[in-house]
Amino acid sequence: MKPVAFETVRPASLAEASRLLVRHPDAKLVAGGQSLGPMLNLRLARPRLLVDITGIPDLTTVSRTVDHLVIGACVTTAAVEDGRGGLDAVPMLAGVAAHVAYRAVRNRGTVGGSLCHADPAADWPTALAALGADVIMSDGVSGRTVPVAHLITSAFETALAPGEILVRIRVPLPSRDARWSYVKITRKAGEFALANAAVLDDPERAILRVAIGALRGPPLVIEDARTLFSGPVSAASLDRAALAPLLDAAGVDSETQRTLHLTALSRAADQAASSSRALAS
Amino acid sequence: MSGKGVGASVPRTEDDRFLRGRGQYVADWRVPGTREVAFVRSPVAHARLRGVRVPEGCAGRVFTAADLVGVKPVRAITSIKGFKLSSEPILATGKLRFVGEIVAVCVAETRAEAEDLAEQVELDLEELPAVSDMLEARRPGAPLVHEEWGDNVFIETVEDRGMTDEVLAAPLKITREIRTARQCMFPMEGRGALAFFDARLRYLTLVSATQMPHIVQLGVADCLGLPDSAVRVISPDVGGGFGYKGLLCREEVVLGWLAQTLGHPVRWLEDCREHLTANANCREHHYVVTGYATREGRLLGVDCVAHVDAGAYSVYPTSAALEASMVASLIPGPYDFRAYRCRSAAVATTKCPILPYRGVGRTGVCLAIEAVMDGIAREIGVEPHEVRRRNLVRPEQMPYDNVMGRHFDGGDYPESLRRAVEGIGLDAIRARQARGEPDGRLIGVGVAIFCEQGAHGTTVLASWGRPVVPGWEQAIARLTVDGDLEIRVGTHSHGQGHETTFAQVAHEVLGVPFERIRVMQGDTLYTPFSTATWGSRSMVMGGGAVAEACRILGERAKTIGAWLMQADAADVSVSEGCVTSASASVTLAEVARAWYLQPQHLPPGVDTGGLEVTAGYRAKRDSGTFSYATHAVCVAVDPGTGLVEILDYVVVEDGGVLINPMIVDGQIRGGTVQGIGTGLFEAVPFDAQGQPLASTLIDYLLPGAADVPEIRVLHMETPSPNTTFGAKGIGEGGAIGPPAALVSAVNDALRPLGVELQGVPLGPERILEAIAAAARKGGDA
Repeated sequence: MKPVAFETVRPASLAEASRLLVRHPDAKLVAGGQSLGPMLNLRLARPRLLVDITGIPDLTTVSRTVDHLVIGACVTTAAVEDGRGGLDAVPMLAGVAAHVAYRAVRNRGTVGGSLCHADPAADWPTALAALGADVIMSDGVSGRTVPVAHLITSAFETALAPGEILVRIRVPLPSRDARWSYVKITRKAGEFALANAAVLDDPERAILRVAIGALRGPPLVIEDARTLFSGPVSAASLDRAALAPLLDAAGVDSETQRTLHLTALSRAADQAASSSRALAS
Repeated sequence: MSGKGVGASVPRTEDDRFLRGRGQYVADWRVPGTREVAFVRSPVAHARLRGVRVPEGCAGRVFTAADLVGVKPVRAITSIKGFKLSSEPILATGKLRFVGEIVAVCVAETRAEAEDLAEQVELDLEELPAVSDMLEARRPGAPLVHEEWGDNVFIETVEDRGMTDEVLAAPLKITREIRTARQCMFPMEGRGALAFFDARLRYLTLVSATQMPHIVQLGVADCLGLPDSAVRVISPDVGGGFGYKGLLCREEVVLGWLAQTLGHPVRWLEDCREHLTANANCREHHYVVTGYATREGRLLGVDCVAHVDAGAYSVYPTSAALEASMVASLIPGPYDFRAYRCRSAAVATTKCPILPYRGVGRTGVCLAIEAVMDGIAREIGVEPHEVRRRNLVRPEQMPYDNVMGRHFDGGDYPESLRRAVEGIGLDAIRARQARGEPDGRLIGVGVAIFCEQGAHGTTVLASWGRPVVPGWEQAIARLTVDGDLEIRVGTHSHGQGHETTFAQVAHEVLGVPFERIRVMQGDTLYTPFSTATWGSRSMVMGGGAVAEACRILGERAKTIGAWLMQADAADVSVSEGCVTSASASVTLAEVARAWYLQPQHLPPGVDTGGLEVTAGYRAKRDSGTFSYATHAVCVAVDPGTGLVEILDYVVVEDGGVLINPMIVDGQIRGGTVQGIGTGLFEAVPFDAQGQPLASTLIDYLLPGAADVPEIRVLHMETPSPNTTFGAKGIGEGGAIGPPAALVSAVNDALRPLGVELQGVPLGPERILEAIAAAARKGGDA
């Protein structure tokens, strides 16, 4: 389990990284390498060139606008877990981060890398989709913005065009009274999810959004989830019959899978209902 | 006393280097000029190998079976009647019989480059249908793994003792069908070997992560056509074994051949994929077991049909017969009944061979017989532990020869059960169940009791038809000039702490300060021949040998010491590192100086063997020691996720006299965690084409720290009447009880839903499916 021979470069700018990707069609981007590393060792990925983007200053910064937290693609999950450098502006994120794999992986693994790897069972796609996050992608010349839920097109596939790089993640700041939960069902601590679900209940912004992950493809995002609940958000008010066709359409075809997804969402609903005010004062 | 002899929880000597990262494992050895090896392995489960195309320009770097002229295949035979021989070529010829079988070997400067070479080797294959399932393999017309056999059965064992029409007509007849998953033993360190020719000592030297250096020495020498005296095997620090490192590896033979042929050192370190798929798996059993009992739940007899999936080949030295014949002999467990029938078969499939894993057949067997006990309890409406109690061998029956002639050497099995039931707090759990859980989970409690034959001696192993039968286990004890003590043993610690415990034994006998005793092991050059470390034998056998060698050494020291003190040898004793008479004493260092440096002071007629003794040991009765234990577990089952959380775990263990109770507790806890792995997590599934579906640790789940409860260990102590100090083999027990206890507990939890699960592991999908099936059934009714 040793990789095929490859070169690595560590460009200092986005434009240079993008040029390298265009020039070398068999190049691969690497940030934390926590998913790519094993794939290289298993020879499932066989790039001739690795473009290490962790040296590009823009990609590791965290900033805040009036209504968004903006996270550089190469910010590590551990930094989010620790709430470093203003990452605590969206306090929901730390709780998600704390359950991604285990600390050694979080120390190197990046939020942007996880999104681009596009594993349906990962934590960030579901959680960020529920928070209504966008990603900003750039080819070094021009950029575009798409919702997280649209970045992942299918398992391990993204909407990134050749030469395009995920630069930033923009997370809307929730209201002070927003309620939130993220539930992940795993066989063991730190494993990929058998099922996961997130609920954001933010009446001040008129948002009740649900995301269900660990499906065959991208997370199932229900932008207006009021129709899923017969009353205030809770497991008891969840309309399972209304959810069933959505899960079917997302390719859930076994009874046990359906049970796991329903359990994840039911528990997320109950936990959201009982969660204290999500935002720190 | 110093508090460091037998019975003391002395901190482990070896931990200083292990915990500081200074252990010396195979991968830490450096020999200049070493090249790395990668293997070309079969990508398919079953195929005719029509040819191997080595890429141009790779001569001298890639080798196939055609190059290994004169190298003999691995043939693990047993003299058990009817056993069919499998011949496992070192590099495949003719046919490929499992995914991962070695076809060619590549040598390069680095492992990555060796893997580059391996990718270029092309195999010309004619695929054959796989035989992935042991029951399918027995059907007429199933594809044959070894055509010349005519079927897929290595061996079938039949036991029939005392079964009568009366027993068969018993009022209760409880049948359970149980399957255990194929697992992979997963020591932290995988396999690995480094081979080179030592020109000075003229040995082909193999540094290998093995539990049994002398057996590997014999096996490698035999396959390469060398005398065993031409091969030296060094087994340095070994990072866990559990049985995984208890066989001769084809890779070891290949490395030996390469080192001889190429004239430079070669090294192979097993990677995780090779570990999970290609070397050896374990534990895959199938049982249909029936208990015949009275209305009071008293067991009258047991009938069993058992299958063991032995994989494609018989491994050396244990052979494919071992596990199935153990299963047949162990089903009766710790219970008292006199009618028994069992038909067990070791079945060949197109999967990698199996090896005995900690507990060997006992883990599955315990699950099978305890399922019958639970079935009887359900039928007659009493607590499961009560049914067990009614059937256990009682202390007044000890020593007890069971229906299979196993000689239980002592103990109080019902008391062990009672303490476990009390320890887990059964009454409080029943009350909690009646209240229900606020989070909707279901609580369950389970128990399992077993006894464990360990340290099997010559008589037992000879009767099993083993090609290598252990005899007098030997140890060498030597007093150095300064009065320090060197101990050499042929057993090999792969984590058990023998450097500590054998030193405790020597300290107990001679009183040489614990810190001044050095235990040496793991090198065929300077240790006595031994079948080494397996079957919970090292402390009983190796420890017995150390004690005996030290005792004889003490006698020699007494003769010299008495002469130095001008006392009569009959009036002196050895203790606390001195030879002592009524009025004086001399230290062992003074005795040693007399022997080595001042021989003019030695008595006339002194034993010219000096202060170095090789002594052998066999237990007074070598039918094995019988440790026993009860495992009790309380679980919470989540009907929404199918996940099982272990809330509490109690083990009540009787291992006789414990040499180092702290180490024993570690053994029990470690074994229990592995048993939890069997019960809840671990499985290597195969698809219909015989592809193993768990080839990374993403798919092969091992219990981690967060998945394991605090395991509470309670001890009983019934000394073995047959061994030095009354010690019993204790290394495997922890891994035997958990699957049975967990299945019992999960079934207890799910009983209100009408669910009864059989088999392991109890993963969430299996539990959710069973709950859904029970709901459908309930809905129909």
